[in-house]
Amino acid sequence: MSRADPWAKPRVLPLITWLYVVWSIVPVLIAIAFSFNSGRSRSTWQGFSVRWWWTDAGSVAKDDSLQLAVRNSLLLGLVTIVIVVPLGVLLAIGLARWRSRLSHGANLISLIPLVTPEIVMGAALFIVFKELYTGVPLGRGAQILGHVTFTLSFVVVIVRGRLVAIGPVYEEAARDLGAKAHQALRLVILPLLWPAIFASVVIVFATSLDDFVIASFLSSGAGTETVPIRIYSSARGGATPALNAVATVMLIITMGVIGLGFLVLSRARKRRGGEGDAVGDLAGFSL
Amino acid sequence: MARGEGSRADPQGLWASFTLPGTGWLIALFLIPFYAIAAIAFGGVDPIFGSALPRWNPLTWNFTAFNDVFSEVVNGSLRNVFVRTFSYVGISLVLCFAIGYPVAYYLARYAGRTKGILLACVVLPFWMSYLMRMLAWVNLLNPEGGWAADALNALHAPRLFEALGLGNGGEVWFGQPITVIMGLVYGYIPFFILPLYAALDRIDGRYLEAARDLGASAKATFLNVTLPLSVPGILAASVITALPMFGDYYTNTILSGSPGTEMIGNQIELYITRSRQPQNGAVLVLILSALLLVLMSYYLVITTRAQRSAE
Repeated sequence: MSRADPWAKPRVLPLITWLYVVWSIVPVLIAIAFSFNSGRSRSTWQGFSVRWWWTDAGSVAKDDSLQLAVRNSLLLGLVTIVIVVPLGVLLAIGLARWRSRLSHGANLISLIPLVTPEIVMGAALFIVFKELYTGVPLGRGAQILGHVTFTLSFVVVIVRGRLVAIGPVYEEAARDLGAKAHQALRLVILPLLWPAIFASVVIVFATSLDDFVIASFLSSGAGTETVPIRIYSSARGGATPALNAVATVMLIITMGVIGLGFLVLSRARKRRGGEGDAVGDLAGFSL
Repeated sequence: MARGEGSRADPQGLWASFTLPGTGWLIALFLIPFYAIAAIAFGGVDPIFGSALPRWNPLTWNFTAFNDVFSEVVNGSLRNVFVRTFSYVGISLVLCFAIGYPVAYYLARYAGRTKGILLACVVLPFWMSYLMRMLAWVNLLNPEGGWAADALNALHAPRLFEALGLGNGGEVWFGQPITVIMGLVYGYIPFFILPLYAALDRIDGRYLEAARDLGASAKATFLNVTLPLSVPGILAASVITALPMFGDYYTNTILSGSPGTEMIGNQIELYITRSRQPQNGAVLVLILSALLLVLMSYYLVITTRAQRSAE
């Protein structure tokens, strides 16, 4: 029975893989390139220019409504981080330690938002703000409350993963040496948790900037328009390449934050001589 | 785990109090809003203004709107929307599998030195705004000079997709089923590949070596060892991908906008935010949630099981 080299390298698989990579990334690169189109079209190339970035009245630098959308997106992301990270870290520590019948229920509530389609959450929040929490009008406040709700589970999952990796040893050592539970937490666990807290900040920010459904259901009109809402409402209309430019601005901000997060986390790992990789820290939440 | 000394006892009260703000938040802004959907769905209608009136007491619930919408779903105007949603999601999942499995498999087993760069490329779309990725396709499919539209038309693709029942044969791609399906696959396939890659990467290489040592061909090894071992990964990846697809409406609006491709999500968005019958939208949210309950529970079970085995 003759057989070809059993560990021969596959030929078709790498082809499919590289074609997939090209297909998944090149359209976005083309969209970025078209922000430098000299004509009004987002589909027909008419030469290079920076008019949609700097000079035209409708450019990113001069159009107030585009800048407002960028500011709204950034503000929403930043305020969400400030609220959701402390909330999520506390919840994660509590859930990892608390053992009772009630804690199973709390654990379940903290995971359900992960599997709830965004439209269900968006519709539910829209209705509750209109019918029950009438003190919170639709708009920025409602958008912030919505984004905290849908990113809270991400923080819990990331921080709990890290708590498992740390294990009980350090805390037990601290307790053996006389530290009270809250002291062990503050002096031992919290410093060990910071990579997870940092990864949470990065992921919450990127998720909030990317979100369309919740922000759109809870928006009150042009004043609380974010960049994804702007793209949604004007992509099929006669929007100029300035739309590509403002999308590119958000892409650069997100990539910058992710890149920075990656650098900081991998440097921290190297210093600890730790296992695993920073990509895992930043991508792990989605698995 | 009893620790003996009283001073060393685990301060359960402290840990319980840690969960209070978070669970309180989720009760107020997740559970109660979901209940508000039911209160609207089973609520009444203001006799003067015709607007929806929520009923918070389940004993006074009124099932008129629910019965009306439900019969529309079973054999009325909404039936097509439901059939369409399930077929679009089904076809998209098959395509995600056909494209995603080879990619995940190659990454996990063969990528070698290119693994780092390929993995980065596969993760990259996660950090690009979903709407920007759709915008890219809106531009490429523009009937007036869009590059992808021109290329597809030159390749006689409209006739192909018409023959498959996924297109209308026209050269304008917006509004055709295949465009929506392509958009869903493009949008959500990273969510398919990454968990599948993780599952394939965890398969112990010694099983494969054992199969080969015992004389199995590469093909037999794949079919009898790798594929069965990757079934849990395929299931998890399909659930993670299917859930957002079922609730999607924006991919559809931005790439089609035609009533002929509307999915459940489009109806919900329309009824809830832009109509005078939010109770119809609320009923649809309840029906959709009930249909997705199996998928959601499956994912919750595997997640909590993984949590428990890790701790």
